[in-house]
Amino acid sequence: MNSPIRTWRFHGGVHPADGKALSNSVPAQRAPLLERYTVAIQQNIGAPPKPVVQKGDTVKKGQLIAEPGGFVSAPVHAPTSGTVGDIVEVPGANGGAIPAIEIISDGKDEWGSGLDPIPNWKNTDREILKKRIADAGIVGMGGAAFPTHVKLSPPPEKVIDTLILNGAECEPYLTADHRLMLERTEAVLEGAAIAAKILRVDRVFLGIEENKPDAIAALNEKAGQYGVTVVPLHVRYPQGGEKQLIYALTGRSVATGGLPMDVGCVVQNVGSCAAIRDAVVEGHPLIERYTTVTGTPVANPGTWILRFGTTVEQALTFAGGVKARAAKVIMGGPMMGFAQTSLGVTVTKNSSGILLLQWKETAEYTSNPCIRCGRCVRACPMKLLPGPVSVMVESENYDEAEKNYVMDCMECGVCTFVCPAKRPLVQHFRRAKAEINAKRRAAKAKQA
Amino acid sequence: MLITILVSAGVVAAVGLILGALIGFTAKKFEVQTDPKIEAVQELLPGANCGGCGYAGCADFASAIVTKGADPSGCSACSDAMLAKIAEVTGKAAGKKEKMTAVVFCSGSFSRSARAADYNGILDCRSASIVAGGGGKACRFGCLGYGSCARACPFGAIEIRDGLAVVHPELCRACGKCVNVCPRKLIRLVPASAPIHVYCNSLEKPAKRRKFCKNPCLACKKCIRTDENHMQMQAGLVRVNYSNPPEASFVEQVKCPTGALQVEEIHRKIAALKPVEPAPKAAPAPKKEESK
Repeated sequence: MNSPIRTWRFHGGVHPADGKALSNSVPAQRAPLLERYTVAIQQNIGAPPKPVVQKGDTVKKGQLIAEPGGFVSAPVHAPTSGTVGDIVEVPGANGGAIPAIEIISDGKDEWGSGLDPIPNWKNTDREILKKRIADAGIVGMGGAAFPTHVKLSPPPEKVIDTLILNGAECEPYLTADHRLMLERTEAVLEGAAIAAKILRVDRVFLGIEENKPDAIAALNEKAGQYGVTVVPLHVRYPQGGEKQLIYALTGRSVATGGLPMDVGCVVQNVGSCAAIRDAVVEGHPLIERYTTVTGTPVANPGTWILRFGTTVEQALTFAGGVKARAAKVIMGGPMMGFAQTSLGVTVTKNSSGILLLQWKETAEYTSNPCIRCGRCVRACPMKLLPGPVSVMVESENYDEAEKNYVMDCMECGVCTFVCPAKRPLVQHFRRAKAEINAKRRAAKAKQA
Repeated sequence: MLITILVSAGVVAAVGLILGALIGFTAKKFEVQTDPKIEAVQELLPGANCGGCGYAGCADFASAIVTKGADPSGCSACSDAMLAKIAEVTGKAAGKKEKMTAVVFCSGSFSRSARAADYNGILDCRSASIVAGGGGKACRFGCLGYGSCARACPFGAIEIRDGLAVVHPELCRACGKCVNVCPRKLIRLVPASAPIHVYCNSLEKPAKRRKFCKNPCLACKKCIRTDENHMQMQAGLVRVNYSNPPEASFVEQVKCPTGALQVEEIHRKIAALKPVEPAPKAAPAPKKEESK
């Protein structure tokens, strides 16, 4: 496919079986209203929000139920109108139990967000728009759940010249962003235009893998009006990694420990862009998202518009239940997602997919010694040395691992995917990152 | 020919003598004076370099005892007899110390606790604990059973029996290495004289605890009602009052409904009842069975 701009090829990467055919041609469906939602209080990276409702309060759909606990934090809103129940514990997608606010639906589903629509955003002050995005609780919906208003507030010394929309959706099986770009094309582009206005940039790229030709065609039809350049990219995992996408579109590399803003870029997921548009033009806070419910055991794989607080079990019910015995339930995609031990896990702002795998599709391995074949080194998109670093971690030599940039690992899973010795490399790196972070926190606490 | 041999032998001998004299001279001239007491004390210390005293190994601690007047009883691994000998060498009375031992506050071995998932990752507690579902056991407070503490123990006092870490008090020297390494914070140092413990660390809702484990503490407080001086609540958990521990017969007296309150020796025996065997593999993850 011809590209309108010069593109670059990031280092490494792999081509896993993508499994997208299961769900990419099914139009997204709105999930029916549930009687009860358990909305996780913390759905963002950063400070946990504080609940502002009491048990027994009546709330409207979109009403604030938890206010941000700091600047890097995002408020949470009621997914429907009804009464507030208890603060309950639900299993978290990353393990453990997390507090959640129970909302009992009254069946009316009445809006009452208290946010006025700003249809004339072109002539509105940037600060007002930014505040609206913060008030609507928008976070990065690609997976990291980093509050969007923070990304849109770069410090004045950083010059931002490019806004990048991440529509790559390189993770196998997931088709949520694909359906979103196809069905809500103008919402994505308008949200991007609002973000571009806030950042005062006129260079806006939308990176999309070329395995979504229908979405590319739909975007190209409208992109000109909103000043967005749609750039089809080669299909290669992890094309949608933030740093990989920046390199692919601009040829700029983010230095170790750096942020996209250091190279003049801000990256936003297309789902976040559509949410920005809804928050500004409609006055609707973020209470639902496109989530792919897929996998061979699912009766009707497809993409669903799920409100936050829906459990995995309910989402599977919408998709017709399961037709075959599932061995693994994953929140997210197969490469970076987290395997779950409970169906009570709830959909949150970063739940891009719910994936079920059958026993024959999963694998059980024994870790063998590194044979120094170097495949992980060739495949690592961050140009790290996964094999040698994993040996350092195995011998608990975290200082050496830190010197070898283990903190730059984004846990994309490419090294584990290619390793012929079946080493659980990503788990080693997560362990190292956890230990190094604990050490840094301890050092910081000592200083203070 | 003979001359050559004699000359070369003579040269080598002369070189050897000169160098030997040089070494002897420098050894005397630049001798580092060490206190013989330090070496004597170091001989008496256990030499495991466990770091439990807070110094960088036994040699460092020995010099601290002699030069800085550190208290030898700071060594948790020394026996009282050894402390007395050290006191003899230094000429200072050693402080008395109570013998401590580590206790793993969990009774959830593989055969006595429920599993939530099949875990196929790194067999190490600290690595398992960062994965969702952390290691397979359903209880998120209990022992993971992958032996991080056993590997950390310099005295070989911790054994993994059927997926549960148990401490052998006769080997434990209370250095505290296992306490820091356990990701679930299950291990505490307590007086070795206490014969019974509450083997549960769960902060789950009491009604749920039974689903996960055969011997959970349900916080029914029956033991506390039996004798308030011996048992107490600590941060939501029922614990033996270690400043006034009860006798072993207290277990008979209380009749703990779940058996979480147990005599240490019996707890170890129960854990040993079922030998360690590989986790069952045949059934595809007992995770979900749903048909709608």
